[in-house]
Amino acid sequence: MDVQIALMLAQDGLTNGAIYALLALALVLVFAVTRVIFIPQGEFVAYGALTLAMLQGGSMPATAWLLAGMGALVALIDGATALRNGQTQKLAGVLGWNVGYPLGLVALLTLLPVKDLPLVAQVVLALAVVVPMGPLLYRLVFQPIASAPILILLIVSVAVHVAMVGLGLLFFGAEGQRTPAFSDANFEIGPLMVSGQTVWVVMASVVLILALYQFFERTLYGKALRATAINRNGARLMGISPALAGKLTFFVAALIGALSGVLIAPITTIYYDTGFLIGLKGFVAAIIGGLASYPLAAVGAVLVGLLESFSSFWASAFKEVIVFTLIIPVLLWRSLTTRHVEEEE
Amino acid sequence: MKFKHLAVSLLIGALFAGTSHAQVKIGVVSSSTGPIAMVGIPQKNTVPLMPTKAGGQSIRYIPLDDGSDPTASVVAIKKLISEENVDAIIGPSGSPNAMGAIQFIAEAGVPLLAPVGTAAVVLPMNEQKKWVFKTTQNDGLIASALLEHMAKTGVKTVGFIGTADPYGENWGKVFAEGAAKKGIRIVADERFQRQDTSVTAQALKVIAARPDVVLIAAPGSPAVLPQLALVDRGYKGKFYQTHGAALPDFLKLGGKKVEGTILAASLMLVLDQVPDSHPSKKIAKGYMAAYEKTYGVTPATFGGNMFDAGLLLEKAIPLALAKGKPGTPEFRSALRDALEQTRELAATQGVYNMTPADHSGFDDRGRELITVSNGTWTLLK
Repeated sequence: MDVQIALMLAQDGLTNGAIYALLALALVLVFAVTRVIFIPQGEFVAYGALTLAMLQGGSMPATAWLLAGMGALVALIDGATALRNGQTQKLAGVLGWNVGYPLGLVALLTLLPVKDLPLVAQVVLALAVVVPMGPLLYRLVFQPIASAPILILLIVSVAVHVAMVGLGLLFFGAEGQRTPAFSDANFEIGPLMVSGQTVWVVMASVVLILALYQFFERTLYGKALRATAINRNGARLMGISPALAGKLTFFVAALIGALSGVLIAPITTIYYDTGFLIGLKGFVAAIIGGLASYPLAAVGAVLVGLLESFSSFWASAFKEVIVFTLIIPVLLWRSLTTRHVEEEE
Repeated sequence: MKFKHLAVSLLIGALFAGTSHAQVKIGVVSSSTGPIAMVGIPQKNTVPLMPTKAGGQSIRYIPLDDGSDPTASVVAIKKLISEENVDAIIGPSGSPNAMGAIQFIAEAGVPLLAPVGTAAVVLPMNEQKKWVFKTTQNDGLIASALLEHMAKTGVKTVGFIGTADPYGENWGKVFAEGAAKKGIRIVADERFQRQDTSVTAQALKVIAARPDVVLIAAPGSPAVLPQLALVDRGYKGKFYQTHGAALPDFLKLGGKKVEGTILAASLMLVLDQVPDSHPSKKIAKGYMAAYEKTYGVTPATFGGNMFDAGLLLEKAIPLALAKGKPGTPEFRSALRDALEQTRELAATQGVYNMTPADHSGFDDRGRELITVSNGTWTLLK
């Protein structure tokens, strides 16, 4: 192996590591705020990428109907609650957001010549379809069992994952999709040939991470989420609604997932079930961060990406084995260095 | 439990023995969900198009889905045998799934027609595998076509990239054996996963080894990814693909970058260019037209493998009916013998000539050398 190959492998590892880092951050965030180990995180990657591919293919993405269906369910549940409590003034908001928005989006997708729109508009539309599923998912599935033990939340999360993969097969079919690159530019840096899309992925990840940092440090909602993560009951006493915190968290997680999907769709072929493996690698990174530390998780993600890239060079048949075996020494090291605290239930 | 099953099957047997027009029951196990759904969906869709009558008997198909899970395949097959008392089983879709099922169908004495890729289900032939028939070309048959073309064009070194599953592994083995005979050296042997987001590392290693050509062995559209990675990294040599890449999606995903790729596969890809004298042309055309009419898309080759199983049974059932009634062990055993005696049966994939030693039965008419030119499959002359 010479320096050039090492550099190329490093570049490849960093690109994948950037995506894993985004997903790891989302996983840490969701776990910290809601105690859910969010296995379906990867599905949002696939949904985002494949919805964009469907839009570009000129067909109505089936995910839009899923959104409408989930919205209708939430409207039914929340509407009934509002009626029972006599809060009729709330009805308009509930209906508007959960029924009006999806239907408006469907109308927009039907009326607009989506196929011929610029890429940016298509990406925005794809995100508009996929991202609201995050908070709707929280409202439908996790909010009713918000105070359940972690194990139950995990089991439910596995169930959601299985359901979403199945729906993905129904919506997108078994074949993979690829979308055109954001830019065809190529940069030569020394001996390295860097494709424009790679730069996009890394830059977008860095920008998103910085934006998240600003969000948590500077905004009221960000601070509310941080407070909930640190002490759920304390935050509640301060007037932070746990339901709102949950929905907001899932919104951010879905946004990160779908955006990651849109970013990597031009680099690789995305299948309806690709997301799981990507999400799992993000999870390994999140574990390195102890499901608590954002910087450690990001470092772990880059580590996973590099390890993956170099191990597929030396022993491609054992790549996954090597990547996932990494979790054992990490867990050992974590359990030896940190004091064990019983989970309070 | 055993007794109950026995009672149920006796009861069903009695019911059918009593009716005048006994029915032949064929179980179908396919993977229409899960990781290999791209193989299983066209197979499941093909079931309604298959022959419904043979030798004056009606054929009833009982389709089950195994979710691509080998354990579920075995459960489905056991269920078909013990509860439905089927006369033969078509499926499952995946190679590991079929490998796991062999022992059970041999025990029960039910012929299995497997539309799977790996030759391991029928080779080496033994007491258990004699119940299995395979409706796909053996990897060796396709590999020899590719190797002949390589030898003819003066290729000396090959880089191999395969999937880390039974398909890629078996291809690696079969191809290495054939290459050694032709004096072609394999200078790089790499593996990747279907869901990998990047195969850059493998591509780099192959490029560093400087092979004359590269062979990629992967089932379905994952075959595109390594080729694109190599082209993007500036590899200029020729590409060979296996029959696993013989899908419309290969062209769609690959675009201009797969131009000039050479592969060997059944004639279904280049049907219009095959001379009318080819015995399979008419049958394949009829099948594809029927499939398109029902589903609005052209079927992948995997569906043709399923259809051929139906044709094999259609031919074998009348012979077996002479020896026993459907639903009896005698009938199933006679059906197996009849399948083994299939001669010159033209089907969608080629022409079948089964022998006790060869339960796949293809010859040169089961493969065509195909290249990608101007974005379409073209017969290589």
